[in-house]
Amino acid sequence: MLAFLVRRALQALLVLLVVALIAFTLFRFVGDPINQMVGLETTAAERAQLREALGLNDPVVVQFGRFVWHALHLDFGVSYQFKQPVVALIGERLPATIELAFVSALFALLLGIPMGVHTALNRGSWLSTLLLTVSLVGISLPVFLTGILLIFIFAVTLGVLPSFGRGEVVRVGFWTTGLLTASGLRAIVLPAVTLGLFQLTLIMRLVRSEMLEVLRTDYIKFARARGLTDRAINFGHALKNTLVPVITIVGLQLGSVIAFAIITETVFQWPGMGLLFLIAVQNADIPVMAAYLLLVAAIFVTINLIVDLLYAIIDPRIRVEARSA
Amino acid sequence: MTKTLLSVRNLRIEFPTRRGTLVAVDDVSFDIMPGEVLGVVGESGAGKSLTGTAIIGLIEPPGRIGAGEILLNGERIDDLPSERMRRIRGRRIGMVFQDPLTSLNPLYRIGHQLIETILTHTAMDRTAARRRALALLAEVGIPAPDARIDNYPHQFSGGMRQRVVLALALAANPELIIADEPTTALDVSVQAQIIALLKRLCRDHRTAVMLITHDMGVIAETADRVAVMYAGRIVEIGAVRDVVKSPRHPYTIGLMGSIPKPDVDTPRLTQIPGSMPRLTAMPPGCAFHPRCPQAFAPCAARRPNLKPHGNAEVACWLFEPGAETCG
Amino acid sequence: MTRPAGGLAALFDNDLVHSFLHSKVTMVAALVTLAIVLAAAFAPWIAPHDPFDLRQLSLLDSHLPPAWAPDGDRRFLLGTDDQGRDVLSAILYGARISLGVGGLSVALAAALGIVLGLVAGYAGGAVDSLIMRAADVQLTFPAILIALLIDGTMRALSGEARNEETAFWVLVLSIGLSSWVQYARTVRGSTLVEKNKDYVLAARLIGLSPTSILFRHVLPNVMGPVLVIATINFGLAIILEATLSFLGVGLPPTQPSLGTLISIGNKFLFAGEWWIAIFPGATLAGLVLAINLLGDWLRDALNPKLR
Repeated sequence: MLAFLVRRALQALLVLLVVALIAFTLFRFVGDPINQMVGLETTAAERAQLREALGLNDPVVVQFGRFVWHALHLDFGVSYQFKQPVVALIGERLPATIELAFVSALFALLLGIPMGVHTALNRGSWLSTLLLTVSLVGISLPVFLTGILLIFIFAVTLGVLPSFGRGEVVRVGFWTTGLLTASGLRAIVLPAVTLGLFQLTLIMRLVRSEMLEVLRTDYIKFARARGLTDRAINFGHALKNTLVPVITIVGLQLGSVIAFAIITETVFQWPGMGLLFLIAVQNADIPVMAAYLLLVAAIFVTINLIVDLLYAIIDPRIRVEARSA
Repeated sequence: MTKTLLSVRNLRIEFPTRRGTLVAVDDVSFDIMPGEVLGVVGESGAGKSLTGTAIIGLIEPPGRIGAGEILLNGERIDDLPSERMRRIRGRRIGMVFQDPLTSLNPLYRIGHQLIETILTHTAMDRTAARRRALALLAEVGIPAPDARIDNYPHQFSGGMRQRVVLALALAANPELIIADEPTTALDVSVQAQIIALLKRLCRDHRTAVMLITHDMGVIAETADRVAVMYAGRIVEIGAVRDVVKSPRHPYTIGLMGSIPKPDVDTPRLTQIPGSMPRLTAMPPGCAFHPRCPQAFAPCAARRPNLKPHGNAEVACWLFEPGAETCG
Repeated sequence: MTRPAGGLAALFDNDLVHSFLHSKVTMVAALVTLAIVLAAAFAPWIAPHDPFDLRQLSLLDSHLPPAWAPDGDRRFLLGTDDQGRDVLSAILYGARISLGVGGLSVALAAALGIVLGLVAGYAGGAVDSLIMRAADVQLTFPAILIALLIDGTMRALSGEARNEETAFWVLVLSIGLSSWVQYARTVRGSTLVEKNKDYVLAARLIGLSPTSILFRHVLPNVMGPVLVIATINFGLAIILEATLSFLGVGLPPTQPSLGTLISIGNKFLFAGEWWIAIFPGATLAGLVLAINLLGDWLRDALNPKLR
């Protein structure tokens, strides 16, 4: 088990290093950091001095090392646009994105899994057909279009929910949360549903297809041959076997949720990291882009590791394999 | 006279497809007496497994029973509502399948799977059920049952797994076990053990067995009677000793000839030329006639039915009373 | 030794055509896709107006609702935007661009992925490891992030003189580069399987070059799954392009795709001028839905397990 974890951790580290390399390349070689930091009046001599002082003439490997070192200390330099430390900018906006991602994932899971189970067990029912049709539409609608439609219906036409912003937030330590205020809760509904809709569709289809696969297996056939009740078979055996791979895939999806948050945050002007990243892309603000990249990579990699760990705990076959590895 | 345990009458299993209805099992009839071992032998695709699956009521759509009856202790079970059929499964008819690895849910300990089955069919409490589970494991020859009852399926070897499967099938003490190729997926060395175990268990519990296999050797060892199936039909059925020593149907003769006998010096094993017809291209008359070395006029015209001949029944024009034969 | 009959020959046998004709939904989806593709292709000839010809635009025609509304104008069937551009024509031209980017990026991704997959599967060893590691790293990130990154980098590289003409190709590149992995993995898997088959061995013994073996023998056997991936990828590429354009990092308003049109229309939703955003949105959704339905049908029809 330990060897298994160590192997996974090393793989994760490799990915992070590669991403760091890409981020560093961006940071150092795309555009000129000096030009971004100084005004037009600075003379060439002063620029050269600055270049030396910042260590921009050192060998690339050294600069990369320094970059990684700084990154580990959460120092990503200063944003070209806002002239503030990148880490502060990101830190300020991180809670908003995390909360949004979390609420949307919850929404998707709580609705998606039962829907998936239903459509797998009741293949001909009208509800199943309806759900499957709606899910097909759900996959085909881009996230931003869903957001716009929801805004149009609930904010513009019905006027019951806000169309932008986070509402009132409460500061708890270094975290700001919108979940403790009425306006905050109302504000998170539409963005969470928008972000959660495509996840819901995915989860529902995944649960359905996995469950249908499981129901075709020999052990289910044998369970039927032993006279177990439908309830025991569907919910005792089939569901458990279905959820194991589903958990893995859902866990891996969390990464893309954070990415799609960019779109949702843009549509709803939600003050999160995603919106920050987008503005950075629009304005070629390299430090922010690089930092976001690394941060997101770190999150993805951690999630992957946790999912692997979870899988090992749940599936007894892997536990034994890992032990003998 | 002892009452027949299982009676299959004119069973027909068909599959509607867009190319027409395919008949996979065509007018099959046989009886099984309590405690008897009936072997059902034939090539892959002959319809043996389907027959077994139909008896236990697990035919998957679009397959369906097109005609015929299945009676358990005189009562029809082929047209029961699903809940009543479920109660028969496991409790009165059990079934084991070919691959023990895929037959067991990998995420549950075998103790859990055993206890669950026991609790479904009896009124015991958990402690009693666990005791019974341990007893079953001991009976099927699992060493140190106390330790192993909490193991997962993948922690057992192939042979041990099949023992667990047998324990599960016997958990509720059914009157009939349908064993569908129970040894095919096992090592040769283990096969004999499992067959011996099956024999012993069924003798001890007075369980009848429908032993489905393509391995004539296993049948010869284990069965009391044997039914030879070909292309969805029974071509010969009788006591094992009779059918093995003096096969009558040309197909059975071919099958017997293809078994290597260690004590007999055979220059070559017989090989039946050609292969079993596909369901979509069933020959008229007797299904075997294109491959039959003794085929003659009536064979292509009309289908022969099972008629008694000596101690067995044969479906072949060669044995039709009054038919002229050349050999 | 016969070459296994697979690939394209098997694709067109009766089962496929039969399953297509039997599914009304799939036929409708195919028709819709065809209709939109044709309309988009012939946009310059069938569009009632040219939305980019500044001389034709008149601010007097702006903010007009669809023709059937009380203030509507028959000349502009689906209404006009704030510049007086005809929404219907804009949609036709926009669909053209969206389909263009989508199609070309799929072609790029497929070409790249197939080649890399063939090489990785056939060569094995270090080359295989390298390609697969790269794939793994890229897979950790969702396509949109990668596309955004490439796009942002291009922007930074071209500095202030952001060339609007290159936006189209930058998008094709970003989206194409972000989606090659699926193809590579599938093709590699199939290559690994085919590599050990007798006919490949025989071909090598005869002395055929690896390229020839790969392209003439292995590739046809792999085309089925590749086609399914390409169809699904096509829908995703269109969505990705629309998203990037909507976010302002895709196609600019001077050559708007459906996504750009929606982002323009978004500003006017609150004013109640819904047609500027909703019609392009419906077109986009309908197009992607139709493509997804086709992809679903194709996947089921080509799935050997379900046959």
